[in-house]
Amino acid sequence: MGITPALAAAFITVASTTSTEQSGLFKHLLPLFEKHSGISVRVVALGTGQALDMGKRGDADVVFVHAKPLEEKFVAEGYGVQRFEVMYNDFVLVGPKADPAKVSGTKDIVAALLKIKAAAVPFASRGDNSGTHFAEVSVWKAAGVDIAKDQQSWYRETGAGMGPTLNTASAMNAYALTDRGTWLSFRNRGELTIVVEGDKRLFNQYGVMLVNPSRHAHVKQEAGRRFIDWLVSQEGQMAISSFKINGQQAFFANAR
Amino acid sequence: MQEFPGLIWDPRLWQIVGLSLQVSLAAVAIASLIGLPLGAAIAVGRFPGRRSLTVILNALMGLPPVVVGLLVYLLLSRAGPLGSLGLLFTPRAMVVAQTLLILPIIAALSRQAVEDAWREYEEQLRSLGAHGLGAALTILWDIRFSLLTVVLAGLGRAAAEVGAVMIVGGNIDGVTRVMTTAIALETSKGDLPLALGLGVVLIAIVLALNAGAFLVKEAAQRRSG
Amino acid sequence: MILPLKLEGVSFLDIIRPLSLEIGAGPSTIILGANGAGKSVLMRLMHGLLAPTTGALRWQGGEPGRRQAMVFQKPVMLRRSALDNIRYAVRLAGARDGDALAAAALDEVGLRHVAHRPARVLSGGEQQRLALARAWALHPEILFLDEPTASLDPSATREIEAVIRAFDTSGTKIVMATHNLGQARRLGDEVIYLHQGRVLERAPAEEFFVRPASAEAAAFIKGELPWV
Repeated sequence: MGITPALAAAFITVASTTSTEQSGLFKHLLPLFEKHSGISVRVVALGTGQALDMGKRGDADVVFVHAKPLEEKFVAEGYGVQRFEVMYNDFVLVGPKADPAKVSGTKDIVAALLKIKAAAVPFASRGDNSGTHFAEVSVWKAAGVDIAKDQQSWYRETGAGMGPTLNTASAMNAYALTDRGTWLSFRNRGELTIVVEGDKRLFNQYGVMLVNPSRHAHVKQEAGRRFIDWLVSQEGQMAISSFKINGQQAFFANAR
Repeated sequence: MQEFPGLIWDPRLWQIVGLSLQVSLAAVAIASLIGLPLGAAIAVGRFPGRRSLTVILNALMGLPPVVVGLLVYLLLSRAGPLGSLGLLFTPRAMVVAQTLLILPIIAALSRQAVEDAWREYEEQLRSLGAHGLGAALTILWDIRFSLLTVVLAGLGRAAAEVGAVMIVGGNIDGVTRVMTTAIALETSKGDLPLALGLGVVLIAIVLALNAGAFLVKEAAQRRSG
Repeated sequence: MILPLKLEGVSFLDIIRPLSLEIGAGPSTIILGANGAGKSVLMRLMHGLLAPTTGALRWQGGEPGRRQAMVFQKPVMLRRSALDNIRYAVRLAGARDGDALAAAALDEVGLRHVAHRPARVLSGGEQQRLALARAWALHPEILFLDEPTASLDPSATREIEAVIRAFDTSGTKIVMATHNLGQARRLGDEVIYLHQGRVLERAPAEEFFVRPASAEAAAFIKGELPWV
């Protein structure tokens, strides 16, 4: 039959992020991988922090997220086997078309955030320990602001996923930092539009890791490895690059 | 998924609807099997701690689904005590969570219903020599039409619940995605019309179930008084 | 034989004052008294539904078990067929051949034609006859009846009384509480007159109605007569 016993289970569980799931990337990729390998992939979409926790607990076989320092820590602590870079896209700052903080026209995300802070106009933050939240906090740090301590009423933590946070931002005409994939597929934009993009500090790298089978013996390592191998293979990389939302490329394959 | 009006022809929608019904009905069946006799036993029994048990049961009716979901998650997680069962992120895990969620509702409401009936039946049943569990089961069967409402309350809660099934099911496309988690997903994608459309389908299904149960109850009640 | 039943200094709260009574087999006993005299409570004490506050009840022939039965003013029928209501009682009593017993009991009260109808949709009189059939099926040695016709019209009352007479004829001891003098006269061999939780009088029916010994009983007979 050609199917080894390890693959007979025929599915793996991947802990990933809302940005990859909700953008529709997985809907595009998974049928291709399944056709290639006969392995189906079950995706649980969470924030990066939660997805890594899921891997730590052994509830996933593969973790596919976007917060490089957290991922490296995950591997260093022995929860993951090895980290592979898969693709990137970028974060964008969205805000109301009226742009009350006057941030558009610049590529400088740090300057933009400082203007928002100075103008004290609403800013919606994930506040959920996700990759995007992590990236947002890093940019604030680059601006010399410890946002966790320096919070005022204009800074609103939704404690929710990217979609709900964008819904909130849309409802109260707030600024928000979002990954481009989620933004492209987000429908309820209202008055929101991209106000800042293109700063290299808004680079958003995705990485994939096999959960360490020596910590969790039940991890389907062979099937998981095949998924990772496929993602970084030429076929997988082309599949990622060919995924478009409304005609726009959403993720850029960059495996080495 | 597609725009709302065309949606009802989408087989994936009906797969989701089917799973929703399967999970919720299984949870209601298990919770009823345990909860109805439990409620009846508390109503009819005389034992120490009965009143505290009643209060606890009533309070548990308001159990936050997210808390139940989290508890079941920790229980079924690979790192948890029942991890080796490999149930996390399966429909079975969702059934477990929903069962825990609606068991107090079914037990508490049936306790109330049986207690009310017990006032009418007690002397007669004791006179005939029925007592304990036997008397409780007799009353359960005798007020079966009222209990249908109790069971429907449980079903409504199960079918409408999102927090617990999201956590323990993981909202995996084609595996554990049910109506409520699909609605939550479309909402977070900002596709409010689709989310609303799914909501309408969910309400229609729950309404149809209730209407069906109501008609059956009416007909049966006309026959057996 | 479980009879006679002996009550020794039995009281219940302040509703039944300590009283001693012996209920033996044989002629039917009517417990008569105004509303609130304690008739229903006394019946429930004897049937065993209430435990006495003081005193003791003794069945001289040992544990009564299902050898005694009671019919209430408003019988409670289970939501199932007339026949199944009797079957239920027979099964609880652990009797074998329940179906035959149940069918015979229905015949006895003239309800065979409604055997498969839901008991709860029967008329009040039919339900009370069914309650009597439920008791009949077990052939009790003694039958307590607590105002069995109080909520029924005259024709239903006549039917019930006929069944009670049949019980009496078959050898079952009848103990019936009523405040209906006419009924007491029609069915009673002896009368126990209860007043404010006390037994004021116990006498053969004929004697009681002609020459009540107590002033209270005399007043009761006089007062009730017009409404018989």
